[in-house]
Amino acid sequence: MSYYDFLFVIEVLVGGLLSGVMYSLVAIGFVLIYKTSGVLNFAQGSMVLFAALTFVSLVERGIPFALSLLITFAVMVALGFTIERTVLRPLVNRSPMTLFMATLGLSYIIEGAAQLIWGTQVHGLDLGIDDTPFEVGGILISSFDLLAAAIAAAMVAGLSAFFYWTRIGLAFRAVADDQFAALAVGLRLPRIWGTVWTAAGFVALVAGLLWGARLGVRFSLSLIVLKALPVLVLGAFDSILGAIVGGLIIGASEKLAEVYLGPFVGGGIEGWFAYALALVVLLVRPSGLFGQKTVERV
Amino acid sequence: MIGASLGAAAYERASEISAILAVANPVGDRRLARLSSRPDVVLALSGIGISFGGVKALSDVDLEVEVGEIRAVIGPNGAGKSSLINIISGLYHADRGRIAIGGQSFSRVPASRLARLGVARTFQNLALFGGLSVRNNIACGRVHTRRASFVEHIAGLPRARSEDAGIAEKTDQIVAFLHLESVADRLVATLPYGLQKRVELARALVAEPKLLLLDEPMAGMTATEKAEMAGFVRAARDRHGVTIILIEHDIGVVMGLSDRVAVLDYGRKIADGTPAEVRADPAVIRAYIGTAEGENGEDI
Amino acid sequence: MAVQALDAARLPVDWAKLVQKLALATALFVVAYGVVPAYASGYLVEAILLPFLALSLAAVGLNLLTGYCGQLSLGSSAFMAVGAFGAYNFNLRVEGLPLAVTMILAGISAAGFGVVFGLPSLRLRGFYLAVSTLAAQFFVQWALTKFGWFSNDNPSGVISAPHLAVAGLSLDSATGRYLLSVTTVMVLTALVWRLVNSATGRNFIAVRDNETAARVIGVPVLRTKLLAFAISSFIIGIAGVLWAFTYLRTVEPAGFNLDRSFQILFIIIIGGLASIRGAFWVRRSSLSSRSFCPGSAHSCSAACSIRAFST
Repeated sequence: MSYYDFLFVIEVLVGGLLSGVMYSLVAIGFVLIYKTSGVLNFAQGSMVLFAALTFVSLVERGIPFALSLLITFAVMVALGFTIERTVLRPLVNRSPMTLFMATLGLSYIIEGAAQLIWGTQVHGLDLGIDDTPFEVGGILISSFDLLAAAIAAAMVAGLSAFFYWTRIGLAFRAVADDQFAALAVGLRLPRIWGTVWTAAGFVALVAGLLWGARLGVRFSLSLIVLKALPVLVLGAFDSILGAIVGGLIIGASEKLAEVYLGPFVGGGIEGWFAYALALVVLLVRPSGLFGQKTVERV
Repeated sequence: MIGASLGAAAYERASEISAILAVANPVGDRRLARLSSRPDVVLALSGIGISFGGVKALSDVDLEVEVGEIRAVIGPNGAGKSSLINIISGLYHADRGRIAIGGQSFSRVPASRLARLGVARTFQNLALFGGLSVRNNIACGRVHTRRASFVEHIAGLPRARSEDAGIAEKTDQIVAFLHLESVADRLVATLPYGLQKRVELARALVAEPKLLLLDEPMAGMTATEKAEMAGFVRAARDRHGVTIILIEHDIGVVMGLSDRVAVLDYGRKIADGTPAEVRADPAVIRAYIGTAEGENGEDI
Repeated sequence: MAVQALDAARLPVDWAKLVQKLALATALFVVAYGVVPAYASGYLVEAILLPFLALSLAAVGLNLLTGYCGQLSLGSSAFMAVGAFGAYNFNLRVEGLPLAVTMILAGISAAGFGVVFGLPSLRLRGFYLAVSTLAAQFFVQWALTKFGWFSNDNPSGVISAPHLAVAGLSLDSATGRYLLSVTTVMVLTALVWRLVNSATGRNFIAVRDNETAARVIGVPVLRTKLLAFAISSFIIGIAGVLWAFTYLRTVEPAGFNLDRSFQILFIIIIGGLASIRGAFWVRRSSLSSRSFCPGSAHSCSAACSIRAFST
């Protein structure tokens, strides 16, 4: 392999890792909710779309950037809160499958609502980030991707700080550990769930802005949920670290496979490659890379 | 105090050494071989040990169960009783030791072959099939005897029909034996707890096992229900000749029901004998009085 | 003796049920083969009954797997696609293959795929399994688009229905296709009905309700799961044949996308998991745009209706 081939591999790898961060961004929203309430929230993708669409529509109506951001955040909080109240609370104690299917239905409702409110046209979203690639040691790196990675890192740090050093964060971890015990010591589960859905709404907002700026705000944006699922399976549904590492692995291997495996099978493999990879990992570790192996109580 | 803790530490170390020896323990293996060849021993455990995340749930437990006896395993909470029954039924795999069932020796019992080995069990927390009727739950207990394929079932071929008929007959017998006629066609999930426990016993008995493992069959029952259940357990042994291992919390019931009693404490067997012997054993009294003062006030 | 007495006691009840069932079956036959072909308009048959029958059959198949055996699958339309493209190719490449044989072979191909993609169920549970069935969804769609062989080198992967005939009798008219569809659906549904009420069906339920207990009493858990995947995919595959040959007539791989899988899933959720009748009722009611939503599924049916008017 020549020096330039090597550089090319590195470039592909770096590009893959950075796009993996974007996957992680969506996956983290899933993990937050799954950890505390055991719900695999399929509607996370539609929430991402809803956030991006709301923000871009506000900006297009001449509302200043910062104010739009604030309003969108408020809307997402309200949305998360409403979902928790109207859909999930009535279904408490139902099987995880029922809850999952409810969120599957919910994703269609949110998408439908978004279409009703904001229409179906594609919007461009300019966050004012310069996307000219720059060169480091012979490798081209997208500055937008780099910034997205930085924002994702800051968000993870912020969330971690929130959950480790605040009272409600402590409660969150208690609930994640054992719902019944948490209830027994007097933690108010509904309030915690409300908070978590709010946090998930915030994560959806961040992901929506970055993905929207990347791809344009369109309805296929909600399909990024399908990119996040293999990440979750790979890393484990209940681990934020898993979501990050899983995202990086999927992002990198997907890009490498596209470049080096794609030509042999006619390309277009990015649709299923991540799933195949996740499946292989699962067959070795049935609860993901970072999942806890639980002893079955009988 | 210091002496006692030193003594405990030495005891701990000694047991660790013996546990390590048990991994490759020709004497133990020979003992197991001898026991498992005896036709009157249904089940023999030798040097069984298991730990969960560094905590020893069982260490170096031996147990022989003879044909036709009701053998109780008792002990305070966390003594390792359920782990023992889960190891026998292949749901947990012991870290060390061997298990001989009806002359076949295993280090890991294959759970999927359990029924064909002649072992049936009930579960501490109900493990019924909520979507099936009582009768169908019980009929499932004989699934290991079925040979007909799904095509034969759909087409209603003779083998499938004769299997169904045979199983229906056995099911009806058990339903009558355990007085479940009045609820036989109800969905099992709609029954009260005590009856569900009885359906589980029925599902295990219909398999006509040589060895029946009962994991706290009377837990959570009223005194009347307990007495009734004890009657069924005894009748199952007397009429069907099934050997029974019984895990139970209620010492009173156990003493009246079983032929021999093994006592576990902190994962070790501290006593084994007739109810009278066990009741007089100082180690047992110590273990139970210790917990009686500490937590749940069980008395002997 | 006691057993015989019990049987005798149950007998009259069975008779009453039998008469009731017989009456219901007769009515069904009269409507399906008499009333509908004679009076239904072309529009009713083409636009409503044909998709209704195909999707209902797919829902019956998925219900076997998800409702009865408890294995959530999000890849149903992939198995429909395998059935449809399988039937197309068997018909194309084997001269003079009878239609019934073509459909059975297509079902068997789908069953084969089902078993392969069901293998992860031996180790994975719940969501992990559901996500892995998505692999089937994306892989099949990709393969059918990518490899021209499957669509006889049609540039956009589109296949067209062949001439449909049984014993020399052409079924290409709307009524003919309806008769083919309704017969297939009734035969397969009857077989599934018998299956779920047999010991095999009870094994499915046992695995769903308590896998550990099922294993301990001797239910062959692994074989049962794979069997559920195989039979379910077989039926969904044949539903795919009906969808492609009797309803759409020309179909491309993208027609069997994830949305179709979800649609089938919604049908069985709203109709009630582990209920065969439900698969038909919902499809019928959602077509006549009545809202029908027992309990927990309200959000899903709401989603369906919202979707219906937003697209």
